[in-house]
Amino acid sequence: MPDRPLNPFRTLGPGLRASDPSAGPRPVTSLDASEQEELRREVERGVLFTKVESMVNWARANALWPLGFGLACCAIEMMAIVGPRFDIARFGAEVFRASPRQADLMIVAGRVSIKMAPVLRQLYDQMSEPKWVIAMGACSSCGGVFNNYAILQGVDKIVPVDVYVPGCPPRPEALIHGIMKLQEKILASHVELGPRPAEQGAA
Amino acid sequence: MVLNMGPQHPSTHGVLRVVLELDGENVVRAKPIIGYLHTGMEKQAEYKTYTQSIPQTDRMDYLAPMSNNLAFCLACEKLLGITAPPRAQVVRVLFAELSRIAAHLVWLGTHALDIGAATVFFYCFRERERVMSMYEMVCGARMTASYFRVGGLAQDVPAELAPFCKAFLDEMPGHIATYETLLTGNPIWLARTQGVARLSADDAVALGVTGPTLRGSNVAWDLRRAQPYSGYEHYDFEIPVGRNGDAFDRYRVRVEEMRQSVRIAQQALARLPETDPAGYRLRDFKYVLPPKEEVKTSMEALIHHFKIVSHGFFPPVGEAYHAIEAPKGELGFYFVSDGTPRPWRMKVRSPSFVNLQALPVMVEGRLVADVVAAIGSLDIVLGEVDR
Amino acid sequence: MVGFPDPDRVAHRLREALPGLSLERETDGPRDLTLVAPRERIVEVCAFLRDDAEFDFKMLSWLGGVDRLPREPRFEVVYSLLSLTRNQRLHLKVRVPEENPHVPSVAGVWPTANWHERETYDFYGIVFDGHPDLTRILLPEDWVGWPLRKDSPLGYEEVAFTHNTPGRVPPSPELRRLGPRKVRAKSHAD
Repeated sequence: MPDRPLNPFRTLGPGLRASDPSAGPRPVTSLDASEQEELRREVERGVLFTKVESMVNWARANALWPLGFGLACCAIEMMAIVGPRFDIARFGAEVFRASPRQADLMIVAGRVSIKMAPVLRQLYDQMSEPKWVIAMGACSSCGGVFNNYAILQGVDKIVPVDVYVPGCPPRPEALIHGIMKLQEKILASHVELGPRPAEQGAA
Repeated sequence: MVLNMGPQHPSTHGVLRVVLELDGENVVRAKPIIGYLHTGMEKQAEYKTYTQSIPQTDRMDYLAPMSNNLAFCLACEKLLGITAPPRAQVVRVLFAELSRIAAHLVWLGTHALDIGAATVFFYCFRERERVMSMYEMVCGARMTASYFRVGGLAQDVPAELAPFCKAFLDEMPGHIATYETLLTGNPIWLARTQGVARLSADDAVALGVTGPTLRGSNVAWDLRRAQPYSGYEHYDFEIPVGRNGDAFDRYRVRVEEMRQSVRIAQQALARLPETDPAGYRLRDFKYVLPPKEEVKTSMEALIHHFKIVSHGFFPPVGEAYHAIEAPKGELGFYFVSDGTPRPWRMKVRSPSFVNLQALPVMVEGRLVADVVAAIGSLDIVLGEVDR
Repeated sequence: MVGFPDPDRVAHRLREALPGLSLERETDGPRDLTLVAPRERIVEVCAFLRDDAEFDFKMLSWLGGVDRLPREPRFEVVYSLLSLTRNQRLHLKVRVPEENPHVPSVAGVWPTANWHERETYDFYGIVFDGHPDLTRILLPEDWVGWPLRKDSPLGYEEVAFTHNTPGRVPPSPELRRLGPRKVRAKSHAD
């Protein structure tokens, strides 16, 4: 171990010479091989190199804020994942927001009746981008057990769905599996960080 | 000012919409609007056989699914004129009481969460997971069980149920004491629930309210005592009754009901080994499926099994209504049968549908914050209200 | 078990209190005591049964409709009364023809009938005269039709299988390769 702390940043200071002990930080090129190795490891431990897209996706995936949209029996299993046995706080998603403006994940938990469908669409529209939808359970995926006049046969008729979780109701583990699949989808998604090409052309 | 407490709301326990006319903080009029979860179960029951409609009933009061199954099966058995054997009755009582405990746990957790006590929610769900494990042991499904059949049970209880159940019932009174410690003496809880959402006894009876809501208003009416079913007359338990008809009394009634349910369940569990192990389903093969072992060896049993499964059983022509004391109140099924395997009409008398009519009476003239406490203390389940 | 008032006693007392009342008892079929009353006088019958000390049917448990197509009259409205003090139940029925589906409302006798009558109206189109707010309750307000009538369809939607969706485009095989892109974050323990 050298007796002087290594500073990885090159400093430019007039009149400082490499061999002066009280000169402070030294430029990288003046270090010998073992000191450079030390420096490299120090950098790797504390500094992360990645793409902005990956960072953004990672942040979005691990801090999904669900909208409290429990409709029927699946809502109870959704409440169970908030409970202590299947803890969804591990995944960063325990903050069930009441307001759609603050949420980015809508878990449609339960059967969507025809009276509720316009309400659901309005709530979806009120959510801000980026937003995802999980259709939890058989009723929201495809109408489930109830193929009749009163139930919408699948919530994907009115909102775009990212993940379908089958079950009646799906076990809390299954819903967590669905959320993890959504996290994978988010991590693999493409994030547009600049203005869209169409806008550039129009402007 | 008109405020819409919309179908999507954290405290309405489902998709209930309440249109409130406010004068400042005071509620002038409250109008509940329901139907956001209407599922057409009564219409759909006319297109399915009796056994095929049992899973539908799970989805009505989804907090206590086996209670709904029990009401359905008892109404069917009344129509057919049969009675389930003793072992089936004991298991039915055991699971009806476990369902009552589970439903009251969710009620307590969500009611407390609405009022602000979030810890109770986590404790209640921890206990509810134990009941879910028992459901899963017995029929494979955590919540929507469909375990009871017309004439008995779908299958016999496994051996691992009894020790698990006994352990759960032994520690449950301790947990209930924990909830009471957190809430009953808590000044915030008392301020939010005492004197809030009062319902007088006359109003309650005129509005058709049943269940803990009625008992909280000083009317001692419990169908398990008054019109017993499934062997309840042989069990020893008390009916808690409140005095003032406010939200705090209803809370006390339900917590005490949890304790009494533990007591009944313990008695049922003790009675279980004394019953005949083969008596989990009635041996009346005209209406009830024969045991699978016999189907594989006996020709008559095979034919009965085939006929009942593929076509359904043929009840006599007639009508029957039977009600049970579900965790929410009087849950009854009314069947009109025309002799075919599909019911001509199935009408569900759901307690939450009727109890919800009491909301305007409880809330008009009070503060808007009391609306949340009132809805919580009514303990409604929208699956049952809208069917 | 469930108790019922003595049928002859009920009939006698009702005829005594409401002269000219034609009351029948339905014997074949119902497992509970069921009396059929004329629909014009149902409010008086209900009020009597509620207020009379001998019967004391203070609670209306439920009321619902039944469609008996093709029998005439087509509809039936069933009232299930409960007496808490006497621990008795009684069912009343009213027959309603299709061409004039009107029944006087009993919401004045038992406030609980309010929502039950709205539901029966919603399902069958039976109009309850004198009801304070007869609108649809479970279905959307602009729904057309009476769903629980026997001639209304279930509303079954054909489920799409391979055999009944011609021209189906199978999903692209690239979707199968959608996997996670792992973010390389090494922990301090490495």
